[in-house]
Amino acid sequence: MLDVVKTGAEAALIELTDVNRSFAKANGDELVVLDNVDLTIKSGEIVGLLGRSGSGKSTLLRIIAGLVKPSSGAVKCRGELVDRPPRGIAMVFQSFALFPWLTVLENVELGLDALGVAKLEQRKRALAAIDLIGLDGFESAYPKELSGGMRQRVGFARALVVHPDLLLMDEPFSALDVLTAETLRTDLIDLWIEGRLPMKSVLMVTHNIEEAVLMCDRVLVFSSNPGRIAAEIKVELAHPRNRLDPTFRALVDSIYARMTQRAEPRPSSSEGIPGTGVGMVLHPISTNVLSGLIEAVAAPPFNGRADLPDLAARLQMEADELFHLSEALQLLRFGVLSEGDFLLSDAGRTFADLDTDARKKLFAQHLINYVPIISLIRRVLDERPTHSAPTARFRNELEDYMSEDYAEETLETVVSWARYAELFAYDEMAEMFSLENPN
Amino acid sequence: MFDRAPPTVLGRALTPNLFDIAALILILGALSAVAYGAHQTDVPLTVLDSSPISLDPWRLPEYALRTTLRMLAAIVASLFFTFVYATLAAKSRRAELVLIPILDVLQSVPILGFLTFTIVFFMNLFPGRLIGAELASVFAIFTSQAWNMAFSMYQSLRNVPKDLEEASQSFHLSWWRRFWRLDVPFAVPGLVWNTMMSMSGGWFFVVASEAITVGDTTVTLPGVGAYVATAIKEQNLPAVGYAVLAMLAVIIIYDQLLFRPIVAWADKFRFEQTASAEAPTSWLLDLFRRTRFLRSLAGTISGVVGNTTRIRLPLPQINVPRWRLNVPTPLIDGIWIVLIIVGTGWIGWHVFQFVASTLNWSDVKTAIVYGFYTLIRVIVLIALASLIWVPIGVWIGLRPALAEKAQPIAQFLAAFPANIAFPAAVFLIIHFDLNANIWLSPLMVLGTQWYILFNVIAGATAFPGDLKEAAASFHLKGWKWWRYVILPGIFPYYITGAITASGGSWNAAIVAEVASWGDQKLHAAGLGSYIAEATEAGDFQRVVLGIAVMSVFVTLFNRLLWRPLYAYAESHLRLG
Repeated sequence: MLDVVKTGAEAALIELTDVNRSFAKANGDELVVLDNVDLTIKSGEIVGLLGRSGSGKSTLLRIIAGLVKPSSGAVKCRGELVDRPPRGIAMVFQSFALFPWLTVLENVELGLDALGVAKLEQRKRALAAIDLIGLDGFESAYPKELSGGMRQRVGFARALVVHPDLLLMDEPFSALDVLTAETLRTDLIDLWIEGRLPMKSVLMVTHNIEEAVLMCDRVLVFSSNPGRIAAEIKVELAHPRNRLDPTFRALVDSIYARMTQRAEPRPSSSEGIPGTGVGMVLHPISTNVLSGLIEAVAAPPFNGRADLPDLAARLQMEADELFHLSEALQLLRFGVLSEGDFLLSDAGRTFADLDTDARKKLFAQHLINYVPIISLIRRVLDERPTHSAPTARFRNELEDYMSEDYAEETLETVVSWARYAELFAYDEMAEMFSLENPN
Repeated sequence: MFDRAPPTVLGRALTPNLFDIAALILILGALSAVAYGAHQTDVPLTVLDSSPISLDPWRLPEYALRTTLRMLAAIVASLFFTFVYATLAAKSRRAELVLIPILDVLQSVPILGFLTFTIVFFMNLFPGRLIGAELASVFAIFTSQAWNMAFSMYQSLRNVPKDLEEASQSFHLSWWRRFWRLDVPFAVPGLVWNTMMSMSGGWFFVVASEAITVGDTTVTLPGVGAYVATAIKEQNLPAVGYAVLAMLAVIIIYDQLLFRPIVAWADKFRFEQTASAEAPTSWLLDLFRRTRFLRSLAGTISGVVGNTTRIRLPLPQINVPRWRLNVPTPLIDGIWIVLIIVGTGWIGWHVFQFVASTLNWSDVKTAIVYGFYTLIRVIVLIALASLIWVPIGVWIGLRPALAEKAQPIAQFLAAFPANIAFPAAVFLIIHFDLNANIWLSPLMVLGTQWYILFNVIAGATAFPGDLKEAAASFHLKGWKWWRYVILPGIFPYYITGAITASGGSWNAAIVAEVASWGDQKLHAAGLGSYIAEATEAGDFQRVVLGIAVMSVFVTLFNRLLWRPLYAYAESHLRLG
């Protein structure tokens, strides 16, 4: 699938230079989502954008699709500036985005409809696309009658039927179960190798490392806060690729290692930097899951040190999910991430051996010591004579550092962790924190 | 089929804000203008060449047909209004700022009290012709449906799933095509549901608007409502009975031939991605789908419709030159808001002058006191209706076989225009010489109590079996069972029903607080009779004042009582 380089001046399919994107925060500051991204996509390649959820990779995909405007920087499609969805780019959505009131055939025809293709020609091309993607016999079914895998096939057919130059895929397999996703991936790769797919290139967003290595010719690793391309990895394995092949495993391991290492030292000033102090974004993770993970790593065969890909396979988790979990444990000093491995700290090992009450005490201690927002809330509650405080007070403080959604998520996490640790109580109706637990 | 969207009368915000006040002033301004205009034309209405209504029951089918046609015309008009108004409000931020508060307030304005002026207004448009009165009648029905249909559509448009929006953008659907392929289909279930809910109001209004006294002239339009009015005048109780029967038949036919098929058809537009357990059915729709001739007929029609929505305007797909003056958006917003404030102030001043020309503050006080009388009636009656219908509804809802039969009956009773049955009640009050202040009140909930019943039945039917089993296995019985199991379980449904019932009762007050039987007039002190009597006397200022006070009462009642209750029910008591 290598492109014959002609004169070197050939216009790239997509060319992004210095693309930035930021959103306004509640306090008027800017939250930078994409930071000086450069990206070129040529003909004949499958490129993967690999990154953690919330790293801005979906925003980047939407900028290329012309659905979101960059705050600054230039996006060119075949040499022309993009300021609306360009012709020749089609998109496959994570949620399928099928119109539930249209049949499979009508959904597929919809894309051609807007191009002004004649009715007969529409029908012919739609049937061909349906045939190609393995949906024969489902033409008159409505999406709600189909399984997830079949629905995403409709999503593919709808995108392919317009014969796009570039196919954009936004986590196309992540809403599917493991088996269905694998079938769909291999079907797609087979068609691609056989040259039966009408598009020239594919750009796909994913957080699944193995998926990226399995399908892509080039993997761009995205770092978060702010989103930028941290590394570019060429995958030169021949298709069909074998997941058990040692070279494949080594590549996956090295990407894991790259994604778990701290990309750059954080700037030293603590004000307004997401990820430090009170402004730390916390993801809602159940304390049951945290304890479960500690127990799993403490037990054989890991005995306190686990290789992340192994752990992911054993627990049947996505890499992204595992990252969030192990990072939460790292934040609470129950473990450390390094070089694609997760190591339990002494506190983590102790935790694994304790009974419920002792676990809660240890957890509470770590929350107070290492989660600034929780120690702040506890301090305020201790100081006030009423021993209660409205949530809004802390929400406002959080929103100085992060978006409203993240502030909400962080508060949700604070509530569930503090409840488990019995640090303070929360009344949802009144939106109040207090020290009083019902007796 | 139960819509989970909050009842549209609840509006968006908890407390009335400045825009709501501006909206109220704008609406009152428009009403005053109409009233003023009607006042100016002193020309007596030319006697209409309408034949007098005959009480012969064999004329009823014809009258019923005329009534039904008015309903249809109003639905078409409401749909058109909905598409334009809701789309404008949803797509333009600045239009939204004004249009949505207006819609909020309009839902609480008792237009029924304004029927006289709209009739005069429309008849002046077509002097000496019946079409003016017809239009006024259609307009009255329109006002009972259009607002909440438009609000429902607006809510749908604002909640179109983002991925579908991106998909239609990325597949280059034109604006027109997107509207029919995405926006309208997504709005259909809510729209159908709201149209059905406002049918009751529609029948109520059509009956009320067919016989209206303007000064010395009584305008009668051939229809069931005029038939009843004549029966009242001639004290003919059997004729009232015939009218009730005719109305029953009309509603059943309307339901079977129009709404069942539409509801069954609309099921495919529901956004849930999973197949629903039980889809609504309609024998008529099945007939169309299964019979070859009818199917090809339907196919041809849908083909024509499809082509219309596929029309591609011959506009080149180039950059539409957007006139982008280099004026910062906040400045335009500022100018826009100043314009609204100045315009509202100006109109408000005129309304004030109009009302103040004959009335003073003591009149306002009187209207407010009357408002409290009516408020007490609404509260007491909704409470009584709840006490009666909640236990019955639960009892029925927990017996699936019974619920299946009872549900359509309750729904049907809710659609029945209770004002047709008023004469019977009035006859009894006069016969037993009862106190009108008390005994006229039940008429207000006569038609609206059924909303409570059928919502409670629906709630009890939907109550999860495992919770029922859990309650039984823990031996929860008696009051504990009601308090901890079933009442919280049906509460969200009950609230939805009670909101609709209370809204309808306010409107019904205008026709329920004054009633007559032949020459005998009954009167209950309240804001409804205040408006009704001012209308009859042609006292325009008092009508505008009465309507303003009632709108404020209804809006505050909805916002301060129902909305918090609904929010609580949704966040804490919604099962599944």
